[in-house]
Amino acid sequence: MKASITLRVDGEQRSLAVDTRTTLLDAMREHLGVTAAKKGCDHGQCGACTVLLDGRRVTTCLSLAVACDGASIVTAQGLARGDTLHVVQQAFLEHDALQCGYCTPGQICSAIGMLEEAKAGHPSFVTRGLTAAPDLTDEEIRERMSGNLCRCGAYVNIVAAIRQAISKGATS
Amino acid sequence: MTQPPATISLDMLETRAIGAALERLDGRAKVTGTAPYAFEHSVERPAYLHPVQSTIARGHVRAIDTGAASRIEGVIAVLTHWTAPRLSSDDNKELWVLQSNEIHFRGQFIAAVVADTLETARYAADLIRVEYEAAPLDVGFRADRADLYAPKAVNAGYPTDTDEGEAEREFNAAEIRMDATYSTPMEHNQPMEPHSTIALWESEKLTLYDSTQSAHSVRKAVATTLGLRPEQVRVISPYVGGGFGSKGEPHAHNILAALAALRAPGRAVKLALTRQQMFTLAGHRTPTIQRFRLGASRDGRLKSIIHEVIEQTSRFKEFAEQAAVPTRLMYAAASRRTRHRLAALDVPKPSWMRAPGETPGMFAGEVAMDELAVLCGLDPIELRIRNEPEVEPGSGKPWGNRHLVDCLQEGARRFGWSRRDPQPGRRIEGGWLLGSGVASSTYPRYILMGSRASIRVGGDGRYLVRIGAADLGTGTWTTLTQIAADALGCTPAVIRLEIGDTDLPNATVAGGSSGISSWGWAIVAAARELRRLHGTHPPPGAEASAETPKEAEDETYAQHSFGAQFAEVRVNPETGEVRLLRMLGVFSVGRIINPRLARSQFIGGMTMGLSMALHEESVMDERLGQIVNHDFAGYHIAANADVVNLDAVWLEEVDSRSTPMGSRGIGEIGIVGAAAAVANAVYHATGKRLRALPITPDKILT
Repeated sequence: MKASITLRVDGEQRSLAVDTRTTLLDAMREHLGVTAAKKGCDHGQCGACTVLLDGRRVTTCLSLAVACDGASIVTAQGLARGDTLHVVQQAFLEHDALQCGYCTPGQICSAIGMLEEAKAGHPSFVTRGLTAAPDLTDEEIRERMSGNLCRCGAYVNIVAAIRQAISKGATS
Repeated sequence: MTQPPATISLDMLETRAIGAALERLDGRAKVTGTAPYAFEHSVERPAYLHPVQSTIARGHVRAIDTGAASRIEGVIAVLTHWTAPRLSSDDNKELWVLQSNEIHFRGQFIAAVVADTLETARYAADLIRVEYEAAPLDVGFRADRADLYAPKAVNAGYPTDTDEGEAEREFNAAEIRMDATYSTPMEHNQPMEPHSTIALWESEKLTLYDSTQSAHSVRKAVATTLGLRPEQVRVISPYVGGGFGSKGEPHAHNILAALAALRAPGRAVKLALTRQQMFTLAGHRTPTIQRFRLGASRDGRLKSIIHEVIEQTSRFKEFAEQAAVPTRLMYAAASRRTRHRLAALDVPKPSWMRAPGETPGMFAGEVAMDELAVLCGLDPIELRIRNEPEVEPGSGKPWGNRHLVDCLQEGARRFGWSRRDPQPGRRIEGGWLLGSGVASSTYPRYILMGSRASIRVGGDGRYLVRIGAADLGTGTWTTLTQIAADALGCTPAVIRLEIGDTDLPNATVAGGSSGISSWGWAIVAAARELRRLHGTHPPPGAEASAETPKEAEDETYAQHSFGAQFAEVRVNPETGEVRLLRMLGVFSVGRIINPRLARSQFIGGMTMGLSMALHEESVMDERLGQIVNHDFAGYHIAANADVVNLDAVWLEEVDSRSTPMGSRGIGEIGIVGAAAAVANAVYHATGKRLRALPITPDKILT
């Protein structure tokens, strides 16, 4: 069964007819030719497919495209402004927070979403107390980024990159 | 230590770009997600392939009902061993796909569906009904099996067994005897990018967009298996999302995609293994059971080293990991014996996983040394220094550049080792036990012969450097550019590098940490040839090419890299949790081509070693022959929260016996010894010696 939907992907309005079984991830990759979100596990276990959906980080392999009609999606590809990289992307480059690069777009979208969550006061497992605004210590960053696996083992550089991005006032 | 005069004298490069901490040249494409990986190449009229896997581990397919699948709208073809095109060579049994009804392991390809969409292919594949004739399966990996056998040789061509002196007698006569058995589980490479291929036939030519560590190896194997000339196959792989050995050779999915594409004329057939499929169809590290015996005098001098390893292999194709090989060179001893024995089981074929041999072997060996240090009442670093060999044990060759002791001492200084109280189980902080441990690392300097590079002067004055090398996150795009710049005496901006395509000159596999040495030397040779033919100012259009030269094969010296790994952990005695506090690696690997990228390689290897120490383990259901935890929810790899304060440094060093760049290769040594350092730290924290990886809470508590 097919359904017609409209998605705003990286600022561009896109209409398409999708099989109702199609995930948002496959809709982007196989139907719209937007491959910045990666398929690593298709089960929401690795985070490689993370995008910002209406401003929040979402694993697109666990989202059905038909359920996202009208959504606005930003992938890592849509974060740069022309030649100018997003401050988080730039920090990833400078800290070499990547090797093979396959988890990287998901890490970057996840980091941006995570910073917004912290700003909004969302606690994590390691936050002390639930009332005060969380302080983004390295421990907090590590905990909040643990949904994005990196087999090359760039974690310590990813934390350093996010710390730099914070110091440069990173927001989405 | 005295070094004999060099008999080989390499013509060393003058370095300017080499040694610079350039940012990754492919970094911008990767942080924006625009670097195309195998499955992402834009193709006309794609079709999607979904395989059917056997649900028994041994036996035969008796019948396959493909009727319901074939009737689904959008299905282009259904392949079984009855209907698939015939292959021409079974030289590589792993690639003998859909050619018979025989089943060798659970998860083997037994059918496949090609359809217009991913969803249709998968749905139709689920409708295929299979009847089996099951035979009794045997996946029981145990040391007491009566059918263990000695392979003819182990991986990389090393001898299966070695004997120096009377190791057994020396052990029995030794004042101090350490005798323990260590085990490591079945482990999986699991790169983040699944093994993926797009196969497209155009007349008699096959193009594969592939995720591989060696485009040319894939071409050769695919051509042989399909009965084609190599020129009929083109493999394209500019970006590879990790491999760690599992993409070092082609696997069954490459052939399956090529066969399916024959049944879907005019279509580009796309296949990406699922994460679950990768546990059985992309190689794995064999589990090991390793008995280690060390006999020493009271002052810790080794009289006898005995390392006996048991591993598994698949019954249909042998792979023997060289786990005891590092034991042959690490320490001096009056006598030494090493053994490898295999259990042939109904399991998928084991294969390369980062530092095959060294990784499991050095886990056992370096925990054994820690145990001996305790028995002798010696500091573990001092014990290693006392057993430092003058020449390579066994071969008697002089060392090329052995700096193990320097690494241990530099690490000890940086880590604050001298403040360590050697008594185990004595430090408690906030309810957690604290401890630290050390272990040595080693990895051979490998160079593979047969790579060729070409250099052409472009109309714009830039140099086009071409070689079919691979970048799996290792930094090849950047480091080969740096090497080419120095070889041609220009800046990196003047170099235009092309890699990852069999239309480029032949390149050997990105494996054995040999890539940059082998390919880089070919580029240096090509640059020198260009100068010889065309002088220092070659005109546009001038071209030259050359192979990695013969002198790379010189074996006068025993050439190995070394390192030392330090770990500090905290262990919760109530919950059994082990958490890393800090980890430091110090490595001696020759000259570093790019410090920014090199550090990533080291910390990446160490992180994988930490993951091996604490998390990774496949659990085999012996009744079904199935890996029960075959996804990232069940097979844990280290996540961000697991890795705290981990860093790597290296000795400033130029190895003028290794390559004109002064380098030796760095991709694998980071994982070697890492798990032992963590295990030794757990012992120091708790007083409990755990010899079976991974060190999970249940083992701490029982």
